[in-house]
Amino acid sequence: MDMPPVETTEDTDQSQRLATFLDSDVVYSFRQSKVTVLAAIVMLAIVLGAVLAPWVAPHDPYDLKSLNLLDAHTPPAWASDGDVRFLLGTDDQGRDVFSTILYGSRLSLAVGMLSVALAAALGIALGLIAGYVGGSLDALIMRAADVQLTFPAILIALLIDGTARALFGQYRDESTTIWVLVLSIGLSFWVQYARTVRGLTFVERNKDYVLAARLIGIRPGLILMRHILPNVVGPVLVIITINLALAIILEATLSFLGVGLSPTEPSLGTMIRIGNNYLFSGERWIAIFPGITLAALVLSVNLIGDWLRDALNPKLR
Amino acid sequence: MLAFVLRRAVQAVLVMIVVALIAFTLFRFVGDPINQMVGIETSAQEREALRQQLGLNDSVVVQFAHFIWGAAHFDFGASYQFKQPVVDLIAERFPATMELSLVSALLSLLLGIPMGVYTALHRTSWLSRFFLTVSLVGISLPTFLIGILLIFVFAVTLGWLPSFGRGDVVDLGFWTTGLLTKSGLRAIILPAVTLGLFQMALIMRLVRSEMIEVLRTDYIKFARARGLPDRIVYFGHALKNTLVPVMTIAGLQFGSIIAFAIITETVFQWPGMGLLFLKAVQNADIPIMSAYLLLVAAIYVAINLVVDLLYVVVDPRIRIDARAA
Repeated sequence: MDMPPVETTEDTDQSQRLATFLDSDVVYSFRQSKVTVLAAIVMLAIVLGAVLAPWVAPHDPYDLKSLNLLDAHTPPAWASDGDVRFLLGTDDQGRDVFSTILYGSRLSLAVGMLSVALAAALGIALGLIAGYVGGSLDALIMRAADVQLTFPAILIALLIDGTARALFGQYRDESTTIWVLVLSIGLSFWVQYARTVRGLTFVERNKDYVLAARLIGIRPGLILMRHILPNVVGPVLVIITINLALAIILEATLSFLGVGLSPTEPSLGTMIRIGNNYLFSGERWIAIFPGITLAALVLSVNLIGDWLRDALNPKLR
Repeated sequence: MLAFVLRRAVQAVLVMIVVALIAFTLFRFVGDPINQMVGIETSAQEREALRQQLGLNDSVVVQFAHFIWGAAHFDFGASYQFKQPVVDLIAERFPATMELSLVSALLSLLLGIPMGVYTALHRTSWLSRFFLTVSLVGISLPTFLIGILLIFVFAVTLGWLPSFGRGDVVDLGFWTTGLLTKSGLRAIILPAVTLGLFQMALIMRLVRSEMIEVLRTDYIKFARARGLPDRIVYFGHALKNTLVPVMTIAGLQFGSIIAFAIITETVFQWPGMGLLFLKAVQNADIPIMSAYLLLVAAIYVAINLVVDLLYVVVDPRIRIDARAA
């Protein structure tokens, strides 16, 4: 597939490449779609807020010393009994909701990206091997994929999480919780990559350039990584964006269900779980603001994914 | 055709065996079953006796055979947290989950298909845009967030519908149903909408894209050329041909409806299997986890098999392909 360069640098040395990039169809179609531009701005804002959280957040929600229970359940600043120190109010422990959202998005994005990376790496590797080697290894990998497809991702993630809980006991600290989450989500998403990559590899491996590479004695691993991988990576990019939205949703869901990140270091899902308990007492802000952030993040990632799929697929134009 | 059905049946059995193997591995090797059953004052001899009695000293193959035999008789052992047979716990909650899942599946089909047809026929109307926007939201928003939103609007603010539980249920002996009482019907609305929204959006988008595709084909042009009225062209010819993929997706999605019921049941405190499974995950209650895994797999495999059989009935091309193969 003839693809315009997707990545570029801001470096002026490469202004020639930058100009080519800005002139490309992908950038043109990006500018033409107002919704996509808006989605990109929203996503950029949330990502920036998340990355820069330690510097821009007015409070540190992890610093237990700074929390004061007397501040708990403060409504947002514009409400009559609000407090200007807490723009979006505080939760049940006196944490500033705005700061916690920034730190929470950080966790949500980190878990989402890490698990997508794990799923992509595993799926691409298995797909390449299955497609290139073929035979019984291919059959084994693909049957495993079929069985896994029998179950929705949420169920697989819950099972892995429950198993990890039984294996490690209840005494897990915060850092292992994150890795268990990444493992649960990553392992529940690899199938789609494997299937796509396997199908494409199947086609590529019979092409002349692969034959040529084999004839001059390049090792199979190198052929896969250097020659076949770049040719199958296009559709994978689209799956990655769509999967990122799904992974963020899955993390939020697991945390909401109480098997994800702990209340002491809340992600967006954990915050909504906490806020849900106070919905009936009229303290809406604890659940609603993290909810809006989560919805905006997922919606913008989805919109960008939709656009990317259309932009990278010339057949749909 | 018989070969096609047999091949699918063999595949289904293979999937079930693999899932049973996973469930058995969970059941047997994650955590020590004995430790979960007895207290700290049990002596080593008593533990060993119990181990012998439960057959935990047999070879793995024999144990797996026991496990399969037990599963075939709905014997999944006792739950670690409730100290009750798993099958009783699940049987008690099975009707609640099935009722919720069926109602929301029905809801998503009854709303999703007409909406898909409408948006395909009137592609530029404002109502179509509205439907498409709603469907994008339905696909993008996490289920639990939709549930909370609905509770907030219809239960907390407006006070129209209950926000938790199943209402009054009628016991039919083998089944408890909430569909026969007024409070039960009121209680199922919000959870069913929450659970069905994603599927509805999915089905609407699928019907829409399939319809648009089909409307371009020659046989539709020919039907128009014959002077058939729009109604017959759209519903008699076009819609009928979009139903095969819709059937597949709806069938496949029913499995995920049951799984997603875990989330909906948590949000609405619906007394179903999903809530039970979630408690099992939180407390590492392996017998419930492995039984639930087997049950969902069995339902899923059964539905897939039925869908495959329906294919043969609906689509004559498959009959021909199967004969050729």
